[in-house]
Amino acid sequence: MKPTLTILAREWRAYFNSPVAYVFIVIFLALMSFFTFNVSRFYEAGQASLDRFFFWHPWLYLILVPAVAMRLWAEERRTGTLELLLTLPVTTAQAILGKFLAAWLFVLLALALTFPLVWTAFYLGRPDPGPIVTGYLGSALLAGAYLAVGALTSALTRNQVISFILAAVIGLFLLLAGYPPVTDALYAVAPAWLVEVIAGFSFSAHYEQLQRGVVDLRDVLYFASVTGFMLLATHVALENRKTK
Amino acid sequence: MIKVHQLVKRFGAREAVRGVSFEVQPGEVLGFLGPNGAGKTTTMRMITGFLAPTSGTAWVHGFDVSENPVAARAKLGYLPENAPSYGDMTVEEFLRFIAAMRGFSGAAARKRVDETIDRCILASVRRQPIETLSKGYRQRTCFAQAILHDPPCLILDEPTEGLDPNQKFVVRNMIREMARSKVVIFSTHILEEVEAICTRAIIISGGAIVADSTPAELRKQGALDEVFRRLTTTADAEIPAA
Repeated sequence: MKPTLTILAREWRAYFNSPVAYVFIVIFLALMSFFTFNVSRFYEAGQASLDRFFFWHPWLYLILVPAVAMRLWAEERRTGTLELLLTLPVTTAQAILGKFLAAWLFVLLALALTFPLVWTAFYLGRPDPGPIVTGYLGSALLAGAYLAVGALTSALTRNQVISFILAAVIGLFLLLAGYPPVTDALYAVAPAWLVEVIAGFSFSAHYEQLQRGVVDLRDVLYFASVTGFMLLATHVALENRKTK
Repeated sequence: MIKVHQLVKRFGAREAVRGVSFEVQPGEVLGFLGPNGAGKTTTMRMITGFLAPTSGTAWVHGFDVSENPVAARAKLGYLPENAPSYGDMTVEEFLRFIAAMRGFSGAAARKRVDETIDRCILASVRRQPIETLSKGYRQRTCFAQAILHDPPCLILDEPTEGLDPNQKFVVRNMIREMARSKVVIFSTHILEEVEAICTRAIIISGGAIVADSTPAELRKQGALDEVFRRLTTTADAEIPAA
């Protein structure tokens, strides 16, 4: 446990030792407000609800989260510190977990900084707090899943650009597979059961459930399994490097 | 003690290390010599567990590196090739991180870090980010990382590479000082270094050991660089260096 926490702390500091943290947080908050207020017309809608805010999270994460994850392993490989890290008395699993948790906590910090929006909604009206709480929960789980995808692509290459693009494409697939405009089009050409299987892999449906204020254990388990699977694949990728 | 038995490493069709065996006892300083691409770094990486051998076994302080990697690494200090470290951290932060990873905390960790900084003559740069340091300081910072926990076994991959003569002198003295009670393996292709600090020299070429002797014994066969060339050029012709 202690090595995991030590790595977590180092990674956390690495974000703030470089401009990455500040750029990410500023861009994340700026884009989040832009889409919520200017594109979705939060005020004009006249509803005390954060639906219009949560709607944008999967799309913003799609490009921003791979940027947080891309350095996790690719940077260590490029600079050679991977050799240093993995010859310290730690297991590969502890290192993966420490790095993932640091990245996740960092994105959660950015997410937490959107609190003025919640405050605004409560100031202007009487929103139902349930969907807001579960919306944040869904967003946090979603960010974790995106990050785990990014951790995997980062472990596969020493090139951060490739890691970024791969993570964004896999994320896009996981998102679009269940996005209504896409599934509607698929229903026209494929049997319904097939469309539902594909859509079942998607972030969208599970995220929407949580946004509506429904905490179904299956949705939580879905995100946990995607995250777990990707981190396991990261482990395989890093162990494979040894024997290649 | 470090022991390796019939280590083999294949990268695809190429056999980078072909059946290397040796044993090093405390107090011995083993110089690992060979031309570039001879398999020195690959052998060292297998001892540290960074690479898994295709076949064969390595033991560090009695622990099988493949079966008990964490216990083996706890007994090992390792300076990888090119002395990597986290450039965004200061020397002190970096060594604190290593101390924590090595299981030290609180006052014990602070003491370790301070002692190591003094020992490696890093006091003047302890609060500087590593990426702003010259090559010599970076090398010493990574060296400091390797000896911080006072390990019984030390593996140093080209510890003096790219240093100026004064810096080389400092690093050599540090190795000599370490050597009294430890198992030290270090690779180099500077032959006078071997004569200066090693009690034993292994010459590796084309992935296999071609000489395992003392510097003095090798000396009897002629000038060291000629012996080196004679032993390594034939084998080198068979295997293209990577």
